[in-house]
Amino acid sequence: MGEELLVPFLYDYMRRAMAISALVGAVAGLLSCYVVLKGWSLMGDALSHAIVPGVVLAWLVGIPFAIGAFAAGMLAALAMAGLRDRTPIREDAVIGVVFTSFFGLGLFLMSIFPSNIRLRTIIFGNVLGIADEDIVQMAIIAVVVLAALALRGRDLMLSLFDPTQLVVAGGSPARMRILLLVLLAATAVAGLQAVGAILVIGMLVTPGATAYLLTDRFGRMAGLAAGIGAVTGLLGAYGSYFLDGSTGGSIVALQAALFVVVLVFAPKHGILATRRAARVAA
Amino acid sequence: MLAQPISLAVEAISVAYPNGHLALKDAGFTLGAGTICGLVGINGSGKSTMFKSIMGLVRPARGRVLIAGGPVEAALKRNLVAYVPQAEEVDWSFPVSVRDVVMMGRYGHMNLLRIPRAVDRREVTAALERVGMADLAERQIGELSGGQRKRVFLARALAQGGQLLLLDEPFTGVDVTTEESIITLLKALRDEGRIILVSTHNLGSVPTFCDQVVLVNRTVLAAGPTSEVFTGPNLLRAFGGALRQHSLPGATPLPADAVIVLSDDERPLVMAPDGQVMGRLPRDI
Repeated sequence: MGEELLVPFLYDYMRRAMAISALVGAVAGLLSCYVVLKGWSLMGDALSHAIVPGVVLAWLVGIPFAIGAFAAGMLAALAMAGLRDRTPIREDAVIGVVFTSFFGLGLFLMSIFPSNIRLRTIIFGNVLGIADEDIVQMAIIAVVVLAALALRGRDLMLSLFDPTQLVVAGGSPARMRILLLVLLAATAVAGLQAVGAILVIGMLVTPGATAYLLTDRFGRMAGLAAGIGAVTGLLGAYGSYFLDGSTGGSIVALQAALFVVVLVFAPKHGILATRRAARVAA
Repeated sequence: MLAQPISLAVEAISVAYPNGHLALKDAGFTLGAGTICGLVGINGSGKSTMFKSIMGLVRPARGRVLIAGGPVEAALKRNLVAYVPQAEEVDWSFPVSVRDVVMMGRYGHMNLLRIPRAVDRREVTAALERVGMADLAERQIGELSGGQRKRVFLARALAQGGQLLLLDEPFTGVDVTTEESIITLLKALRDEGRIILVSTHNLGSVPTFCDQVVLVNRTVLAAGPTSEVFTGPNLLRAFGGALRQHSLPGATPLPADAVIVLSDDERPLVMAPDGQVMGRLPRDI
């Protein structure tokens, strides 16, 4: 029985899948804190869908998929910023229009240029069949995102809490906004391979939301979210071997399950704790 | 210590927003060190645009702002300008502690990585003690009362070493006792030579703590010592129809035309008919 549990570690593809899922999970989890506090969950959703046409075009032109995906994400972000600033349309409608347009375009391109990129791979990810060069791309993205957060994370946090104070301290909230967009798009690109374009949004929101319920300190929230992302990434990939199911689905479902447990039992902000506090007050 | 005492000169600035809205036109006033000045006007009169111009968030189309004799950017670099936001602008559920918020005042003194050094920690602790919040330093900011919340942001301004403090509507949603204790603190900070500019539409509290008043309505209508500027006719010009004027009913010990009560917000102002400020009422009538 015990030996059976170690079986996934015997296979090279499983070891790689678990390592990559844990890495992407950690990076996306860390970033999810900023996304949740900025109120940008929808933006993450939009970017992760908007990168799809970039993947297809990159394949057609013959450049690394990450570059095409990233360019498409940035283009979508620019389109959203432009529409928001120049039209009276509200932000949620702008996001909805842009990301469905990009996603639709991606699906359309895929249908008229039959390629070896399978729709399933883009939408749902395929971490088990991941190519070496893709692993390199994802590792580079992860290092760049982590380095950017290590260097500018405090300013980014201040821009979310009190942008005016950032200006007073000599920073630029506009630059921090762009930084967060870029990091978000880059992480969405990395997550695309691991869990797919749809589920990456779960990795970019759920760990942060879970950690937010567990602590009142940003540092701890960031650590918890990164940890949750890494552990669920690893366990999700590991579990999918036995369940014979989708790796992405398994990772994000695990995160969702953890969120529900925390939502109910969190020591201070959980449903039970809030009820207890209300009873004591009454 | 500063090479020269702090000063603020707003020289005939005009500010227009991209949508063509002219928020301020030819607005100017000057303040010297050791002053508490009320920036008084209705909502939409250009108070916040004035603040934004002083903090360099908007650039005047004409005119200029000089802080300590130099441009705004230089003053920001020297961390001279500190800002205390309105309570409604702050996300009180944000996962930061009181100490974290006060430490944000030190960011301008740190290097690009914003890693606190010993001097930063010392300044934060000193500022927390100064405003009487040292015991609550580890609390999440949402767990504080209205007055404590204000003190946290004042401590941040102190930790920053700000010499020009901008307070945006500091007394909204704060009870009178708390207001008085904050005013005591502001007066102590003034006596150390700081300039404290307080934007408010709460008329009743202005004469109790402001040495100077700047009345704004799309421009500076009047500026100077409170006793000269904060008068009935000036206030009526600044507030126009937004001001409610009551005469006390005849049942009071005073004759019906003995006082005028001006009220925009929760704390009405009582004036003699000649425009002399007599005091304020604890509640609206």
